[in-house]
Amino acid sequence: MITLTINGLKVQVEEGTTILEAARFLGFPIPTLCHQEGLSPYGACRLCVVEIGEEPKSKLVSSCTYPAEEGLVVRTGSKRVVNARKMIIELLLASCPQSKTIQDLASAYGVRRQRFRQEHEDCILCGLCVRMCSEQMMAKAIGFRGRGKERSVGTPFDVQPDVCRLCGGCMYICPACSLRCTYNEPDKAICNACANLNPPCIQKERFNDLMCYMSPCVACEIDH
Amino acid sequence: MERLRSSEEFETLRQHLFSTIRPEIPMVVIPAGTCGQASGAEKLIRTAQREILAKKLQEKVFLRITGCHGFCEMEPSVLIEPYRTFYPELDADGMQRIIHALADGKMVEDLLYFDPSTGEKIEKQDDIPFFRHQSRLLLAKNEKVDPLNIYDYIKNGGYLAFSNVLKNIRPEAVIDEVKRSGLRGRGGAGFPTGMKWKFLADAENKNGKYIVCNADEGDPGAYMDRSLLEGNPHSIIEGMLIGAYATGTDSGVIYVRSEYPLAIKHLTVALKQARHTGLLGTDILGSGFGFDISIVKGAGAFVCGEETALMRSIEGRMGEPRQRPPFPVEKGIYGKPTLINNVETWANIPVIMTNGAEKYTGTGSINSGTKIFSLVGKIKNTGLVEVPMGTPIRKVLYEIGGGQADSTGIKAVQTGGPSGGCIPSSLFEMPISYESFAEAGSIIGSGGMIVMDENTCMIDVAKYFMNFLKDESCGKCFTCRKGTQRMHELLEDISSGKGTMEHLKLMEELAIVMKDTAMCGLGQTAPNPVLSTLKYFKDEYIAHIENKRCPAGVCKALIRFSINENCTGCGACARICPENVIMGEKKERHVIDSDRCSRCGACRSVCKFEAIDVI
Repeated sequence: MITLTINGLKVQVEEGTTILEAARFLGFPIPTLCHQEGLSPYGACRLCVVEIGEEPKSKLVSSCTYPAEEGLVVRTGSKRVVNARKMIIELLLASCPQSKTIQDLASAYGVRRQRFRQEHEDCILCGLCVRMCSEQMMAKAIGFRGRGKERSVGTPFDVQPDVCRLCGGCMYICPACSLRCTYNEPDKAICNACANLNPPCIQKERFNDLMCYMSPCVACEIDH
Repeated sequence: MERLRSSEEFETLRQHLFSTIRPEIPMVVIPAGTCGQASGAEKLIRTAQREILAKKLQEKVFLRITGCHGFCEMEPSVLIEPYRTFYPELDADGMQRIIHALADGKMVEDLLYFDPSTGEKIEKQDDIPFFRHQSRLLLAKNEKVDPLNIYDYIKNGGYLAFSNVLKNIRPEAVIDEVKRSGLRGRGGAGFPTGMKWKFLADAENKNGKYIVCNADEGDPGAYMDRSLLEGNPHSIIEGMLIGAYATGTDSGVIYVRSEYPLAIKHLTVALKQARHTGLLGTDILGSGFGFDISIVKGAGAFVCGEETALMRSIEGRMGEPRQRPPFPVEKGIYGKPTLINNVETWANIPVIMTNGAEKYTGTGSINSGTKIFSLVGKIKNTGLVEVPMGTPIRKVLYEIGGGQADSTGIKAVQTGGPSGGCIPSSLFEMPISYESFAEAGSIIGSGGMIVMDENTCMIDVAKYFMNFLKDESCGKCFTCRKGTQRMHELLEDISSGKGTMEHLKLMEELAIVMKDTAMCGLGQTAPNPVLSTLKYFKDEYIAHIENKRCPAGVCKALIRFSINENCTGCGACARICPENVIMGEKKERHVIDSDRCSRCGACRSVCKFEAIDVI
């Protein structure tokens, strides 16, 4: 067992527990966008940052990837943490203003202004779908491409790979996708991964034993 | 090449090689690194070879092709050993004359280096200010060694340190020696090398460990690692051999970017020769110690210089950093403990083991040892400069670098690449050390030093680096990817005259959050160029925002060209103008139509009468 201090409370946790898990177990809220139980931690959204160590040498780390260490001092809601989160939310809001999840976050953290230029992206590249595909569905059909501004999620060469079983796991896990699947309008598709896929109902012979997670699926509704 | 089976055999080979040295015969040394070849060294080599063959001078003049010597401004140059005569900026004709003169035991005086500050000709390389003020612990070997010949390296004391370590010193004692030398990582962060080695030596793993040489040098304007790899690859191999012995490692990787084809070629040849000689592979020099090195070529992503991304790249996956801990020394390549050091760090190891830690510590005044800087930009003597730690920046810029290139004074120097910052001229008395640079808001980094004069706009500089980082951020973590994009956007606004004071405040806020929350070193240091220019050159930002003026005359949206009374009406500007917006009668003062002018500056570069002003 490892002993650490979170917000002044001394706690004991199993070895290998992350700070996020420990803090949530104690009931301290830490917002996340790219974290999901059952998928490996990734540390992409940076919303879950917490402050560790003693000032002035303290630093911010992403709690979802940082393992609990003996004697670690953690603050989940210090001024520095809140300021960082607010700025991250402001950046998110400027890029994906239509996302309900992000609007809710902004409202919860009192982010009421948005000083950056408005963009209309939907995908925040949290990587949940990529990890879902490779870790839970064992398919590795979609992945990241490019770097920096060019980074995006998709299938290799934008064609449907053979390994894709059309399980729909990527859509199921994506907070934006599952709310409004835009399959039959590829231009509006959020991550463009699903835009390359045919829904299973069209290829029933190949995939008749698979459950379809695409719900609600616009394509399905049209076909029937 | 015979495989050596013991330290004694190595010693015999050394003695034999010494006996073949013929110091009485002059040697023409031609530096032909990538930079030398680009400026015409190939031609000199061909000429020299042809002359020697044609005049049958094989026994009178020797020829050695080496890597870069560092004086890039004067390339292609030639050095004559043992007289140490230096001939700068040669052409084929000059080369021919030098060979002929050498055969007669003479010197070609009119081709010698001309010192612009004293107006005198200088014969010996070591008397030239550029070389005189340096202490070349590492770079000096580049002149002495043909990188394609392992015997050349051994002749100059190469592999002696390793052979000695292997035979006489215990691994723990090697680590202690490195610790005592005070050597710190030369790649940027400046982590104590001995301590890193100790961690790896203590890490237990039955499946093996890795040591890596990080040669993914990507900072704009920095090329010291390339020159070391091209000019003296065996010193890196020897450093890694000593490191492997000290830490009990059996595999090594050199991660080098594919943009360095010559370095890769020289490394490949060097590794092959070392294997054939029995200095790499199993049972090295009959000691039972085995170690081998492989080369991994990077595909050209800047972020792969970051250690966790580098390891992923070596494994064949996408170059993306991950959160530390676990540190590479706990969980590295394929999950095995891994030690990563920079090229220059490895090259320092044989020097330390040869001369001893005490002498090495004595070399620098604040931190120990020397550091190589690549001095580029608006400076007279561009090139590679190796100075002891603790040397004031002023000495590097003015005594070695020769001062500003044009009439305008040096305003600032940018160090450490995109992760570093700008140091203003008011701080030039500052000694070079990890701590003092950090205090000034910059870093030593891998050693890039870009000199800027009054014609450089600091907002433009910050924008350039932010543009670089925005493209080179891996994009994994949100604050780095979006932060660099937004920061670039804000700078773009300021440089195009759309900035407000609110922009500055937002930039500072964003910079702090990026520093705090980004996952890897790239994102955490990305705001440095902006923060340091904001700290030292705030007046320039304010001039852009409030007065809508660019004091350096760089930002296109904020400047205007106009022709003054110096104009003689020669018409040169009107002919070169790509927009055809310069009008005027012959021999009369011309005018520029500012509305249609694209501000390319072509007119200004052709005008011989300084008649075109930037306002």
